[in-house]
Amino acid sequence: MATALQRFGRSFILISKRQFSNSSTSCEKKIAQQSGKSLNLYSAINQALHIALETDPRAYVFGEDVSFGGVFRCTTGLADRFGKNRVFNTPLCEQGIVGFGIGLAAMGNRAIAEIQFADYIYPAFDQIVNEAAKFRYRSGNQFNCGGLTIRAPYGAVGHGGHYHSQSPEAFFCHVPGIKVVVPRSPQQAKGLLLSCIRDPNPVVFFEPKWLYRLAVEEVPEHDYMLPLSEAEVIREGSDITLVGWGAQLSIMEQACLDAEKSGISCELIDLKTLIPWDKETVEASVKKTGRLLISHEAPVTGGFGAEISASIVERCFLRLEAPITRICGLDTPFPLVFEPFYMPTKNKILDAIKSTVNY
Amino acid sequence: MALTHIASSSSRSIFLKPISTALSSTPFLRRLISSAADDSTTLTIETSVPFTAHNCDTPSRTVETTPKELLTLFRDMATMRRMEIAADSLYKAKLIRGFCHLYDGQEAVALGMEAAITKKDCIITAYRDHCTFLGRGGTLLEIFSELMGRQAGCSNGKGGSMHFYKKEAGFYGGHGIVGAQVPLGCGLAFAQKYSKDENVTFALYGDGAANQGQLFEALNIAALLDLPAILVCENNHYGMGTAEWRAAKSPSYYKRGDYVPGLKVDGMDVFAVKQACKFAKEHALKNGPIILEMDTYRYHGHSMSDPGSTYRTRDEISGVRQERDPIERIRKLIFSHDLATEKELKDTEKEIRKEVDEAIAQAKESPVPEPSELFTNVHVKGFGVESYGADRKEVRAVLP
Ligand SMILES: Cc1ncc(C[n+]2csc(CCOP(=O)(O)OP(=O)(O)O)c2C)c(N)n1
Ligand SMILES: [Mg+2]
Repeated sequence: MATALQRFGRSFILISKRQFSNSSTSCEKKIAQQSGKSLNLYSAINQALHIALETDPRAYVFGEDVSFGGVFRCTTGLADRFGKNRVFNTPLCEQGIVGFGIGLAAMGNRAIAEIQFADYIYPAFDQIVNEAAKFRYRSGNQFNCGGLTIRAPYGAVGHGGHYHSQSPEAFFCHVPGIKVVVPRSPQQAKGLLLSCIRDPNPVVFFEPKWLYRLAVEEVPEHDYMLPLSEAEVIREGSDITLVGWGAQLSIMEQACLDAEKSGISCELIDLKTLIPWDKETVEASVKKTGRLLISHEAPVTGGFGAEISASIVERCFLRLEAPITRICGLDTPFPLVFEPFYMPTKNKILDAIKSTVNY
Repeated sequence: MALTHIASSSSRSIFLKPISTALSSTPFLRRLISSAADDSTTLTIETSVPFTAHNCDTPSRTVETTPKELLTLFRDMATMRRMEIAADSLYKAKLIRGFCHLYDGQEAVALGMEAAITKKDCIITAYRDHCTFLGRGGTLLEIFSELMGRQAGCSNGKGGSMHFYKKEAGFYGGHGIVGAQVPLGCGLAFAQKYSKDENVTFALYGDGAANQGQLFEALNIAALLDLPAILVCENNHYGMGTAEWRAAKSPSYYKRGDYVPGLKVDGMDVFAVKQACKFAKEHALKNGPIILEMDTYRYHGHSMSDPGSTYRTRDEISGVRQERDPIERIRKLIFSHDLATEKELKDTEKEIRKEVDEAIAQAKESPVPEPSELFTNVHVKGFGVESYGADRKEVRAVLP
């Protein structure tokens, strides 16, 4: 399994490396000042996990095959360094893995659980929704499992088929009591994961497996955190706002570049945290541009784009110049042979940008 | 439809027929089968090792077979082996995409089970399903087409390697989520019991899957309702890179039903598997569920991205190949009963190789599904979904 992504990698040459290295928020500037090494996304995750275990003796990493480094190599070296009492394999039992993590976290520990693919998180759905999310509320704040972080690789990889490609984030965005976070790049992944691990709420952290090997950028070696529930404008523009998260942002950025050639100025926002999400940043942008496009890989119906759309209509109704557009996965199971048709591709986004601007 | 077109245009071709019907084309088999004396001969064979039982009797180690059965088993098993090796090459040539799990090494489980039951009995398994499908009467063309995502595939090219099905032969697939197929199997068994048709369901799962909670839920309900469900643990000793003992406190999977009886079976010995499945079917119809643990081995890595050599030694693999290989066991039996010469079996293997190559060539001719197929079979009726190709030019489909 270790080489799974090498295979996938070849079909994704489209995505240029260091896509986001010119981002310019103050937070990132600070990070960039420190010297960093060029890292891909799985190595950045790996570094974050090393730091998490090193800085907190009560942090644990567990999941299927994690002590061997995991399917995507994210946990490489952890068991050797921190021992098999803190980094260990679990049997194949997702419901058990998450439930176990909740108990561990309830005793004041940092439980970092890995679900091998986001497609396999469903057996643990009940534990996340009914146990983790509501523990604090229903115990009147006596108990919580805030130390719990569930990591899972999500999204398309070119030919993953039905059970290695899904984007299940929307299911979890319907659950008050947990946070849902998705990073877009190695630097973001490291900082956001450390924030999630140290956040006092249970978090589901979806990692874009498409980018594990593909996305490479400078990642500072030191311990740093990026704020949760803060969206980031990664590209400024005046005609239309685009909102997305995770791997989809690089596709959206390509569409922005193409639109620019047609004289359309796009503002691109990385939401990063899906719940609780940063409505203000999106609202301010839409008030400026008057238009909004949302894009995600998950099927369009009931996707998190629907929630963003509804909220922005409530907040910006009089400022909108065109209907809000969603360019998302289709309302079908994730297909094996039809992936290019299913996916919210650059051209679909570009078309939608043009028709929204010319509405 | 392309599938029927292909099938009718070359209905003489061997690889379009289920494996055992292709048998009569083998010259020495014809000789053997046509000779009445040989056909009615019964051979008595001892299984490799005794069965180990948990809360039930053990079946006899003595199994009766015929020359025809032996030779058929050889051919079928060699076909499975060749097919999986060909799939490996197709994957490396990028003609098969997605995830692909091979069954070579485990052939005796699929074939021994088939030899004991009928197509009215149901089988449901996980993603390592190519050979189980072939055993149920699927064809090489359907298999290679499905693997390559072509219309002539058994799931019309929409399922791929992990999702083979054959409804008319009671094959319920082909499931991607580890362990999820076992409760489904118990549902099938309930329906069988309810209709009083004296059939059973074999629900297959791996040693890794044996640790999923839903197995125990399913087992309890099956025992409560006395369902004719046979839980078959194909213990190939690894769940991905994890050895059984790292994942299971008790790797005696046949005992893990506690209140449900179980049998441990040499899964590399097709006659032991056959004997156990026959025993289990009778038991299940009378008394309810039983667990069969098949001690087997997969030669390939877990899936195509696993070289299969980082968590086990090369010596271990070659040791199994030398001492326990299911095909070699049959080959030796054939020789010891003087049923065919070395050359005749080699010729059979050559023939198989040709059939496999022909099936692949034909599968490559089968077109990929129509893009509109993306929207079919989601519900009984579609949503009127609209879509278009990646470049916005190719296809524009507005569906029902
Ligand atoms: C619920 C779930 N978790 C994880 C996986 C990933 N996965 C696929 S196969 C496998 C190992 C299963 O091993 P075993 O049951 O022994 O079957 P084998 O592959 O050996 O036939 C794992 C962990 C999955 N498909 N479904
Ligand atoms: Mg196994």
